[in-house]
Amino acid sequence: MSDLVVGQELITGKVTLTRFSLVRYAGASGDFNPIHYRDDVAESVGLPGVLAHGMLTMGLAVQPVIDWMGDRGDLVEYGVRFTRPVVVDGNGGVTVTVTAKVGAIEEDVTRIDLVVSAANQTVLGKSQVRVKLHQ
Amino acid sequence: MPKLVTVPVNKELQGRVFPPTTPYLVGREKVREFSRAVFAQSPLNHDPEAARAAGYTDVVAPPTFAVVIQEAGLALLLAAPDTGIDFSRIVHGEQKFTYTRQIVAGDELTAILTVTSIKSLGGNDMITAETAISDSTGNHVVTATSVLVMRGTE
Repeated sequence: MSDLVVGQELITGKVTLTRFSLVRYAGASGDFNPIHYRDDVAESVGLPGVLAHGMLTMGLAVQPVIDWMGDRGDLVEYGVRFTRPVVVDGNGGVTVTVTAKVGAIEEDVTRIDLVVSAANQTVLGKSQVRVKLHQ
Repeated sequence: MPKLVTVPVNKELQGRVFPPTTPYLVGREKVREFSRAVFAQSPLNHDPEAARAAGYTDVVAPPTFAVVIQEAGLALLLAAPDTGIDFSRIVHGEQKFTYTRQIVAGDELTAILTVTSIKSLGGNDMITAETAISDSTGNHVVTATSVLVMRGTE
């Protein structure tokens, strides 16, 4: 049905998150937890800095796959584990990189595994997208 | 010195089904706003004509937009008086979406949250909540599954 092989790299992506990105996501999602925009609050609860919303990281990480797939298939499932916080520096922000590879081909469903990193550390675990590609 | 006693998550929560949330009408501008926020640049997310040409009735929401609807279900869970959940100790551990179709502008969505599992692991409590999201015709759109980790105290 397709010429994909397990392990094949499909696409990569790169996004720079700044405090602006976090405030914009807070407004769009309704998650106004101040650890995502206030240094003093983040510090008071023992965090290493202001963090990106986990759901923002999850949301942007799947976009390269969506763009790669276009109208060639449908999304079946998308899941992640939030394993490490993404600290967003007040000046330079942080760059999040995504690499999408074919993880498994299961009958009519293709599993695409994402490696999502920030500051040279992976930040999401078991980040998997299942898609059904049209014949 | 008095010993701190931690109230664990109420194990009887497992299997509890919460009432349906108030219907959420997905607006076109909300889809565009959310799309910008998650760096979704496809014309399908922004341009109704492009979306219609691809067979959708209006702009398509990005895959994680369902979190906005899930939130209404989680609010019911967190507000329930007998759960033992202390929101200040909750961390979002895992998230998954299982799709029947993508959400589009104009959808009127209702969520029903079920607590599917409560587990204790290494001093933490793991709460798995499955939120089934349906449209106004009652057809399933997406299920959002969250694992919330309630950290134990010393």
